[in-house]
Amino acid sequence: MDWLTTFIDTAPIFLKGMLLTFQLTVVSVIIAIAVGLLFAFLKISKIKILEVIADVYIFVVRGTPLVVQIFIFYFGLTSLNISDFWAVVLGLAFHNGAYIAEIFRGAIQSIDKGQMEAGRSLGMTRSLAMRRIILPQASRRALPPLGNQFIIALKDSSLASFIGMYELFNVATTQGSISYDYMTYLLIVAVYYLVLVLFFSIIVSLIEKRMSISD
Amino acid sequence: MTKSIIVEVNKLNKSFGDLHVLKDIDLTVKESDVVCLIGASGSGKSTLLRCLNFLEMKDSGSISIESEEIDQHTHDLNAVRQKVGMVFQHFHLFPHKTVLENVMEAPLHVKKQPKVQVKKEAQELLKKVGLSDKENVYPSKLSGGQKQRVAIARALAMKPDIMLFDEPTSALDPELVGEVLTTMKELAEEGMTMVVVTHEMGFAKEVADWAVYMHDGRIVEVGHPDELFTAPKEERTKNFLDSVL
Repeated sequence: MDWLTTFIDTAPIFLKGMLLTFQLTVVSVIIAIAVGLLFAFLKISKIKILEVIADVYIFVVRGTPLVVQIFIFYFGLTSLNISDFWAVVLGLAFHNGAYIAEIFRGAIQSIDKGQMEAGRSLGMTRSLAMRRIILPQASRRALPPLGNQFIIALKDSSLASFIGMYELFNVATTQGSISYDYMTYLLIVAVYYLVLVLFFSIIVSLIEKRMSISD
Repeated sequence: MTKSIIVEVNKLNKSFGDLHVLKDIDLTVKESDVVCLIGASGSGKSTLLRCLNFLEMKDSGSISIESEEIDQHTHDLNAVRQKVGMVFQHFHLFPHKTVLENVMEAPLHVKKQPKVQVKKEAQELLKKVGLSDKENVYPSKLSGGQKQRVAIARALAMKPDIMLFDEPTSALDPELVGEVLTTMKELAEEGMTMVVVTHEMGFAKEVADWAVYMHDGRIVEVGHPDELFTAPKEERTKNFLDSVL
């Protein structure tokens, strides 16, 4: 079967592309989680100016296409001598940070107010109760939507091909243009994406299982 | 021997928006007193209790804890709350921590006491409330009565000078009320100072040194439970007691 032969023959270059896709996604999501947590706290801070800053950030991210954001980060940051890789990573982190901020905010606000009161009644400061009582419970609740967002980020990283990053999708289109056989390579790359998504879905559900021992 | 005053409230007022929930409340609680606050829903009992550990902030009046007037803006309220234990109607145990961890949490992370000592004391407290066998269980596996007893142990772990109970048995199935009341009774017998918002008139009669009847944000009548329950002076107290007894 031709397709399978091509799949096996091109495995080395696709695996290289997969590694880059993997790196772009993991690094950008880790940064996005930090950014998201920060902006989630701004949103629940009850300090007007901080809330507005968070609102504007989320509005901008939601209101513009990701590809535009990636190009702005790419041209903006590479002119500051930042590498292509980090320009794309920061662009993706900026984008996902907004969605993750909303995930964290929702999770924190979904925890019963009595939990904070119980902590305070024991003499905890607000920040100690947030750290020891609220956040551990909120993170558990945030995990399923975070896993979702991670998979979205993984697929969105294909947009890095627009600025010439040789990740999975770019490998496929490049091979397609060389051989004039786009369909074969698009079907191959789809398999790689599915494998990656399956891998991460399994990891997320393992973490969920570990975290649910107290149920 | 004169007992020292643990809590003194003078002319306390509190509103939620237009709703005036506490009106000129005066209340004195002395060492090892057990005071039961009774009254209909919405009479302000719970709000009064929550003002005593500053989960609600008063609008006017004064609150003194152990002869020290607490200014809610300048005082370290976290330090005050360490001396004032609180038990909630809906327990509010920390669901992500085991029973033992729930009890250890505050001494360990607020008082920063050594872990070995904290663990030993927590185990003793759990023994006292009859839940030694549940140490490593998560709250979701406990009955309501067991949860509330853990919540009592958790509050006691901070060695408070006074314990506040906000309708501790109202969320429990009837057959589980007894075990919680027994624990509270034992605590009272040990000399713990307690303020209890409750609908359990039997408990109030048996254990309380003072019963306080509240209606519409005011303290209507204060008396020894024997007198207040059998021969109330105020018509409103009488009507309330007729409706619940």
